[in-house]
Amino acid sequence: MADIDYRAVAIEAGLPRVGARPSLWRYLVDLWHRRRFATTLARYRLEATLSEQRLGIAWVVISPLLQAAVYGTVFGIIMTSDSRPDNFVPFLVTGFFLFTFFSQSFSQGAKALTGNVSLVRSLHFPRMLLPVSAVLKELYTLAPMLVVLVAILIGFGELPTLNWLLMVPILALMTMFNLGVALIAARLTVHLRDIGQLIPIITRILFYASGIFYSIDLVLAPPAHPAWMLQVAQFNPVHAFIELGRGALQTTQELEPLLWVVASGSALVTLVFGVVFFWRAEERYGRA
Amino acid sequence: MDALETRRPTVVVDGLEVEYRSFASGKAAADRPSLLRRQRGVRVVHALKGVSFRVDEGESIGVIGHNGSGKSTLMRAIAGLQSPAAGAVYASARPALLGVNAALIPDLSGDKNITLGGLALGLTPEEVEAAREEIVEFSGLAEFIDLPMKTYSSGMQARLRFSIAMARHHQILLVDEALAVGDKEFRAKSEQRIRDMRDQASTVFLVSHSMSSIRDTCTRVLWIDHGELRMDGEPKAVVKAYNASR
Repeated sequence: MADIDYRAVAIEAGLPRVGARPSLWRYLVDLWHRRRFATTLARYRLEATLSEQRLGIAWVVISPLLQAAVYGTVFGIIMTSDSRPDNFVPFLVTGFFLFTFFSQSFSQGAKALTGNVSLVRSLHFPRMLLPVSAVLKELYTLAPMLVVLVAILIGFGELPTLNWLLMVPILALMTMFNLGVALIAARLTVHLRDIGQLIPIITRILFYASGIFYSIDLVLAPPAHPAWMLQVAQFNPVHAFIELGRGALQTTQELEPLLWVVASGSALVTLVFGVVFFWRAEERYGRA
Repeated sequence: MDALETRRPTVVVDGLEVEYRSFASGKAAADRPSLLRRQRGVRVVHALKGVSFRVDEGESIGVIGHNGSGKSTLMRAIAGLQSPAAGAVYASARPALLGVNAALIPDLSGDKNITLGGLALGLTPEEVEAAREEIVEFSGLAEFIDLPMKTYSSGMQARLRFSIAMARHHQILLVDEALAVGDKEFRAKSEQRIRDMRDQASTVFLVSHSMSSIRDTCTRVLWIDHGELRMDGEPKAVVKAYNASR
């Protein structure tokens, strides 16, 4: 019995190896076929978190608004300085809402595999669906925030212009970038759980580096600081998305061409790298 | 054996070894902690130490063994959910595993778990809708279907999972003690379903501690002991030897 060459038996019968990672193309085709799983899971997850609270969907908006109010009070009223641009409230709220979309995609994406172990262990499906679903959920969450943002913009005298339509490509690029980051974080967290501890710190650094409650252009203005500092700060993709959003929504803010380059370049590179990086470890995720 | 040779194999397991690395505490962790050497107190457990066998279409295989003998690990490895340290599993189709610890998504209602489970199995949304009624009916949980799955008893969860898995035809199905927590009536119903599948040329693996289940449903039995295949043969003979070993 021990002398049977089982491998030869399997090959002769044309049986493929179980769990072998499919080619990237097949993987993406499979992913596309099951896209409804990702969208449905995102919707159900959102409904489940909201249904546990009295105010439900309102929290999606209230929570970042309250945080923005705290920063607005501290930096706009108590510690005033000339690093705050004109019409500070829409500036702050736009920045805060867009940053929330990024930071939530990052942290929820990182938990997408390690937080769904029972699902991963019981059913077979392309694991990429889980981080995709996590980012989709954050995108859904952004929708009511944008409605409130529109009300705030109008309330502070920023009337709708054609430029507002630029939010569509901006958010599309930002979603690509966020998905890439979520995929990278999801795989790294499987290899090393400790990454989870670093995420809040990285988020915090990016929060201060992305000019949420101050204008990077004003703070790092050339005479006070060497010119390279501003240039480096402008290569931060998160800052680029936020600045583009402000430029599209506020007439007092400019839309710089460099920002488009940074935003589209980082979105493309991060997404492609994230997809390949995640796919390459597909066989490992069951071990989580 | 020569009659078997002419049949088509559906699952071939070749020298399968599986290891678990886990952080151990106490005595096992005592050897020099060092950050540079990456893992402190990591203990490697050999859950499977080179298991080989072949299974042909239309066979239903019972898997028996003591707790911790490696039965569930074997099932997870065959399903491709556990990567082997050495060796490989070959199968004619993606094996589907039905286990005990798979709660799907506990926060969501049974009904939503049906939708997600069906979509994850690769059904289209229309196919899920078409199958929903039958799934609910087979599970017998109609009055609880809108409650979150975490409020279900373990037996109820197992019934729903089994019913969802059955919504799709599987060429190879692995049932890992999933029926043990169900009540007598459901067990009879699901064992019948497994026999039906076997008759449709599917291959079924059944892990169970219930020797009567094994004898009633299986055509062949594997006895796994300490990560090795101790015996492989006729259900009566293997069960008898297993019982005698205790």
